[in-house]
Amino acid sequence: MALLDLIDVSRHFELHPGVVERIARGGKTRVIKAVEAMNLSLTKDEILGIAGESGCGKSTTCSMIAGLLSPSSGEVLYQGRNVGEMTNLELKDHRRQVQMIFQDPYESLNPRFRVSDIVSEGPRALRLWGEKEIEERVAAMLDSVGLVPGKYWERYPHELSGGERQRVGIASALVMEPELVVADEPLSMLDVSIRAGILDLLRELSRQRNFACVYVSHDLSILGNIADRLLIMYLGQAVEVGPVHEVINNPKHPYTRALISAVPVPDPRIKRSPPNIVGDISRPVDPPPGCRFASRCPHVDQSCSELFIKLDTSSPSAHQAACHRLDQISNEVT
Amino acid sequence: MSEGYERGAFSRVKRSLLEHYRIIHSHPLGRIGFWVVTVFVIVAVFAPWLAPHDPWVMQYDSEGNFASLRTPSWAYPVGTTHLGYDLFSQLILATRTTLLIGAVSGFISILIGANVGLVAGYYGGKIDEVLMRLTDILYGMPFLPFIIILIALFGRKLEFVILAIILIIWRTSARVIRAQTIAIKQRQFITAAKARGCSNLRIIYRHILPNVLPLLLLYAAFNIAWSIITEASASFLGFGDGNTISWGGMLYELWLSGKTRVAWWWFAAPSLCIVTLVTSLVFVSRAYEEVANPRLRKR
Amino acid sequence: MTENVLLSVLNLSVGYSTQQGVVNAVSDVSFDVQKNEVFGIAGESGCGKSTLIRALLRLLSNNGASTAAAITYEGQDIQNLSDNAFRDTILWKRISLVPQSAMNSLNPVYRVGDQVIEAIRAHSRASRSEARERVEFLFDIVGLQPELMKNYPHEFSGGMRQRAMIAMSLALDPGLIIMDEPTTGLDVLVQERILRRVREIRAEISSSIILITHDIAVIAEMSDRIAVMYGGKIMESAAAIDLFESPYHPYTLGLKNAFPSIKAVNNELISIPGSPPALLGDEPGCLFQPRCPFSDSACVQVVPDRHYVSELHQVSCHRHADVLELRERAAQKSTWHY
Repeated sequence: MALLDLIDVSRHFELHPGVVERIARGGKTRVIKAVEAMNLSLTKDEILGIAGESGCGKSTTCSMIAGLLSPSSGEVLYQGRNVGEMTNLELKDHRRQVQMIFQDPYESLNPRFRVSDIVSEGPRALRLWGEKEIEERVAAMLDSVGLVPGKYWERYPHELSGGERQRVGIASALVMEPELVVADEPLSMLDVSIRAGILDLLRELSRQRNFACVYVSHDLSILGNIADRLLIMYLGQAVEVGPVHEVINNPKHPYTRALISAVPVPDPRIKRSPPNIVGDISRPVDPPPGCRFASRCPHVDQSCSELFIKLDTSSPSAHQAACHRLDQISNEVT
Repeated sequence: MSEGYERGAFSRVKRSLLEHYRIIHSHPLGRIGFWVVTVFVIVAVFAPWLAPHDPWVMQYDSEGNFASLRTPSWAYPVGTTHLGYDLFSQLILATRTTLLIGAVSGFISILIGANVGLVAGYYGGKIDEVLMRLTDILYGMPFLPFIIILIALFGRKLEFVILAIILIIWRTSARVIRAQTIAIKQRQFITAAKARGCSNLRIIYRHILPNVLPLLLLYAAFNIAWSIITEASASFLGFGDGNTISWGGMLYELWLSGKTRVAWWWFAAPSLCIVTLVTSLVFVSRAYEEVANPRLRKR
Repeated sequence: MTENVLLSVLNLSVGYSTQQGVVNAVSDVSFDVQKNEVFGIAGESGCGKSTLIRALLRLLSNNGASTAAAITYEGQDIQNLSDNAFRDTILWKRISLVPQSAMNSLNPVYRVGDQVIEAIRAHSRASRSEARERVEFLFDIVGLQPELMKNYPHEFSGGMRQRAMIAMSLALDPGLIIMDEPTTGLDVLVQERILRRVREIRAEISSSIILITHDIAVIAEMSDRIAVMYGGKIMESAAAIDLFESPYHPYTLGLKNAFPSIKAVNNELISIPGSPPALLGDEPGCLFQPRCPFSDSACVQVVPDRHYVSELHQVSCHRHADVLELRERAAQKSTWHY
């Protein structure tokens, strides 16, 4: 059984016009369709990468998976149970099972808390264990993330480097022993030379402690390194999914192709061909029906604005793209 | 685990008191303010033992003359009233009243203001609306008519003076703390706290409160200062507590005696005390302002 | 060779006075920028690359002080010019800057076109209509439609604002444009378009560019020559291809290991343990030594001299002679993490 299922999950935000806009332009309420009919199936022990540019809805999806935001429509199923229908007791347990690692190591730690308090906060809030046991577990956890307890126990966040803070963030998520960890761009604010270390840490801990991971990022090079499966999003829609080396080396969807070919390569000897794409990205405000990539797609035809293909993400090894012209595209290219 | 680090509530309190001491003393004005306030507090606590005479007994000088309207001298350091009462003793005993009213009103008003601000700022929506409408109504309420009505209904009692002051003073701190709460609740560590499973109440008091504390303490000092001024004003106008004397009350007595133009010492002493104490409290609050607003700190 | 040199910097050092003492943000940096080349400066946060530029353009904050043996532009000394002369003749006219987070440098209450026009008129004697024409031309070059001139910054996307800043930097036809993290914070596709456009512009306008970024991939694609900075010093500099084919400095080797590539999915990444130096006071020896797995006693005591591997390739490392062995060992994770 899948660990987590998103079934036709959508999330909308309403933009209400101000008084002036209402008078000046007869403003109507506009809708940001941040996520549209997502279907996602996550198995235990896999690392799923979600990639896309700004406005694609990956952070919103991330918040919904972590239970910090509820969907406007559709269901979030955790081990088969609908999260929206859980009792308070079940929610408490659910909160423990699904944890999150945040992007900004300078903002995600309470500046008034010491390291030990930060990591102990989750277990204390949920009353998981007694004080003595919490202390032991926190010490052990700090050790596993590479922070010697004797040295870091009493420190405040402002005394730590970005990498150390991020390790504290990881420790405070993992001390709860979750089954699913959602990581929202945890490396983007860290220096290059230490990113690899944190990435390694996540990978190793995920194997040791058997948790599944959803890793959200705009950086495809990093995702190529850590993820097992990769999901590409564009303006709220899931456009491609599959094993990571397949999606990166053999992208099917026109957007994915453009995206992959745009990623710079750290080797001046390799020449890259320009991405095949037109126009600029827009915001998911009052989007047109059908495929949202249609206005920029080099292979667009008439049915694109009517069709919206939903991906089936249940099989971890299947490589699929949400495009009805896949055969013609690969013929054109080869 | 590191050795010299004691855990437990008691050592926590001890540590944070030391922290506050350090904050106040690292600032030159704060240090001055702290010591001045301490002197006043000591005087207030030991007032009955420090006052050389009974403030309500007519004094006679060494020659047996009625010591009325004497200028400051060794025997009567602040002079005497027209009825021969020793002003120095009055001043000392009045310190106790003034400080008591100031402290009690100040602390209770900041308690109310902080909680209203935290709750309104964090929950937003209807709760925020209701609480803020309440604050607005009270903003509109004029102090003097209000206290006149209270006194007229219930008499000149200490409790009502304190009550009136509290009801007026808590408003500003509520608004300010609400604003900061709103700013803090958007920050990522609050989202992280929610993700770790903290309840709303836990987030407000365990996560947000420590971050508004510097601002809170700043306004605590302000509130005490304002309470003292308000009490002095009320007493001066005759609406103070009838049974005890305060600095403002001393000024009221001066006014009643009609000797305002003549007895400068009677006027100077209580006024100076008010100004000194309030300024010292503001100095102390200045030290907290630097903590609350890190941009003010020296590079 | 020397006729081809556009900018020459010799022994530049910058110190900031802080409460904890003097921070040596830049120590003894020397480099040349040739005509018509893209010179990349790579380094992580705190390595001094932004400080270096600010010192060059005299934009340091009050507590910063810089010294240099010589700074010349087109052979002429610019270090000893007065601040006013520098501002009148060099800034914007010969050397212009696209600052970090440039997209946030636009004033939100004025139209974008007007801001560029004002910038032009502030530094030249162009009339308003001449300036307007120039701005239309510039917008066209950077790929913005001229009608967009009358829009406000908030109506521009991040990528469009960045293009406007690049247009501004081209306004007075400078020979050298300095771009500080020009695409950080922009989406991949937008970044690609902008960098591609910069390459195209360069072909048309024969200016040189100093490109500063921590993104190794961007620097690899854009630069002709690259300098790697660490702790305020240049550790290694070479032609781009040369740097990647034959890296010498352990820090360069470490960076190569640590940076993921989309062409090498699931490759093992090796991080560099430790953290950047504090830069307070005069530390003996090599600044990278605490994190270097190849350091020996000389590294701790003596600051390495510049060694020229070839005419364009220099490295500051005591152990440059053992580079073949170092490269082999650097490829193994156990060398760095034991």
